[in-house]
Amino acid sequence: MSENSFKVIAEDSLQPKSFSFSSDNLVKAKNIIKMYPSNYKESSIMPLLSIAQNQNNGWVPKKAIEYISDLINVPEIKVLELATFYSMYNLSPVGKFHIEVCTTSPCMLRGSDSMLNLCKKKLGIGIGQVTNDKLFSLGKVECLGACVNAPVVKINENYFEDINSQSLDQLINNFKDNKKIKIGPQSERKGSEPRK
Amino acid sequence: MIKKENLIFTNLYGFNEPSINFAMKRGDWKGTSKILKLSKQEIIDKIKDSGLRGRGGAGFSTGMKWDFMPKGSSRQHYLVINADEGEPGTCKDRDIIRNEPHKLLEGCLISGYAIGATKCYIYIRGEFFNEASILQKAIEDCYNRGFLGKKIFGQNINFDIYLHYGSGAYVCGEETALIESLEGKKGQPRLKPPFPANVGVFGKPTTVNNVETIAVVPTILKRGPNWFNNLGRENNCGSKIFCISGHVNNPCNVEEELGVPLKYLIQKYAGDVIGGWNNLQAIIPGGSSVPLLPKNECENVLMDFDSLKNAGSGLGTGGIIVINKQTDIVKVIARLSEFYKHESCGQCTPCREGTGWLMRVMNRLVNDDCTVEEVEMLEEVTHQIEGHTICALGDAAAWPIQGLLKHFKKDILNRIQKKQVA
Repeated sequence: MSENSFKVIAEDSLQPKSFSFSSDNLVKAKNIIKMYPSNYKESSIMPLLSIAQNQNNGWVPKKAIEYISDLINVPEIKVLELATFYSMYNLSPVGKFHIEVCTTSPCMLRGSDSMLNLCKKKLGIGIGQVTNDKLFSLGKVECLGACVNAPVVKINENYFEDINSQSLDQLINNFKDNKKIKIGPQSERKGSEPRK
Repeated sequence: MIKKENLIFTNLYGFNEPSINFAMKRGDWKGTSKILKLSKQEIIDKIKDSGLRGRGGAGFSTGMKWDFMPKGSSRQHYLVINADEGEPGTCKDRDIIRNEPHKLLEGCLISGYAIGATKCYIYIRGEFFNEASILQKAIEDCYNRGFLGKKIFGQNINFDIYLHYGSGAYVCGEETALIESLEGKKGQPRLKPPFPANVGVFGKPTTVNNVETIAVVPTILKRGPNWFNNLGRENNCGSKIFCISGHVNNPCNVEEELGVPLKYLIQKYAGDVIGGWNNLQAIIPGGSSVPLLPKNECENVLMDFDSLKNAGSGLGTGGIIVINKQTDIVKVIARLSEFYKHESCGQCTPCREGTGWLMRVMNRLVNDDCTVEEVEMLEEVTHQIEGHTICALGDAAAWPIQGLLKHFKKDILNRIQKKQVA
C-alpha cells in the first residue's frame, strides 16, 4: 500500500525514553488483570495496550510494549504481536485529534469518499499523516458500525454521525478553535430513529 | 405489522434514559427472581419452544446451543457475549448497549444461569467507547442493587459480568476467534471440534451469543414462549431489529416481526428508496456478507431466515443496504472486497491470498479493465475460497461477488466489450 499507516513502528527519534503507567492507570491495570484466570495473564494484554495508548496521546510506544510485558510477565513478542494485529493500536504518533473516516460500502453510498477528500484537502495531509502543528491526523477505517447514521467519522473516542460537507468542515474548525462540539449525529436526530 | 405492545425494545432510540431506574420502569429486572426459580432445563426448554434463533447472523437455535453445554459438571462454565458488532450494514447491538443495557444484563444473568455459568465476559468492540461506558455504569448499578455478584435475589446464584474491549478486528465476531482474542491471542478462528461448549474460553465450556439474542431472552420468559412463537412466521419466530442504510430517504433502525416484506420495511420506515422504488437497483438484505438481491427479487421477498435463503441470499444480521440506480454496483461490491481483504486474519491460505486477489480483480473490474475470461476466473476463484477456510470469512468474501455475477454478469460483460470496442 502506498498510503502511510500508523501501524508502522515509529522511528527511534520519536520514541520516548521510558514508559510506565500513571498511578491511576496502574490501579486500573491491576483491576483488569484480576478479571481473568491467573493462568491466563495474556488476556489483559489488549486492555493494557488500550490504557497505554490513551495515556500516551493516542499511540503505543516501544517502551510501553516492554513495560506491559514486564508488568504481567509475558514475552514481549506476545504484546507486540497483538499491537500489530489489532487495527486500533497506533504504533506511531497521531495528532491531538485523530480523525478516522469510515469508508466501507454503507458509508460510501452516503458520500464518505468526499468526506475523506474534504479532510485531506482541508488539513493538507494524506492518510496516515499528521499536520505540522500536530493537531490533526487522518486515517481511513473499515465499518464503524453506525451504518444508519452514515457517513460517520470517529475523532479520538467519539463518533460524529450524519455528517455532510458543511458539518464536517465546521466540526474540524470547532476542534481547531477549541470550541464546543456536539458528539453523535450532526443532524437533528438523537440516534438511529427515522427522520421526521 | 408489529403491534406496539409486542415491541421488545421500547427504548431502542434512546428517547428515555438507559439508567437502571428508567429501565426498571420499562419492566427490566421485574420478575427476574421468579424466572431464576425455574430449573436450568426448564429455561432452556422454554427458549427452545419460543423458536428463538441466534441474531448474530447464522440463525442457529439458541435453546439448542445452550443444550450443548455439559450438564452437572463441576467445571467452570462461561457465557460470552459477542458485542463485536462490525458487519457492514449492521448497527443494532450498539443501540441495545447504549439505550437498553439492562435488557442485555438481565439476559446475561438468566442465560448464564441456564447454562450453568457463573462468569460472563461481554466482548465489545473497542470503537464503542461511549457505549461501553454506559454498559459499565449499568453493570456497576446492578452490583449495587444485588442483581449481580453473590447470592443474587437471596438465591444460591453467583454471577459476575466483565467487560472486555476488542480493538478493531472484524474476524473476532467469529466465535472461536473471539475466544482466542479473549485469551489474549491474535483473533484467528479455531478448528472445530472441539466445540466451545466443551472447550471454549480458558479451556472451559463456553457459550457465545450475540447481544440481541441475549437481550430478548428476559422478555420471552416473562411473556411466555408462545407469545414469541406467534410473532413472525413458522420456524422464523419473533421480532428483530433491522438496520436500513444506504440509499433510502430516512435510514434507521427498526424493530419488526420476522417475515415482514422487505419492500414494506423500506417504504414504511425508511421513507422509500432515494428517487422512488423504481430507482432501486439492488439490496444487500443481511449485512455485507450475504449475496445481493436485484430489484425484481426485492418486490415480494420476506425478511426472515428461510425466505431469504430461498431467494439465494440470507437474513444474516438484518443489516439492509439499499443501492439505487445512480450507483456503480461493481464499485460497491469492490469496496466490500477491500473490506474482506483488510479483515482476513491471514490464517488460511485461500482466504489470505484469495481476498487480496479478489480485491485486485474487482478494482480493475470497476474500470472495466478486465477480460471476459477474467470475469469467469473471478467466479471460479470465489468457489475455490468458499468452504475451504476454517471460518466463514472466506465465504463472506466470496458471496457478495457471486451475488453480483449471478445478477449483473450480463451488464458487466457488456461494459467490458464496449470498452474493448472503444
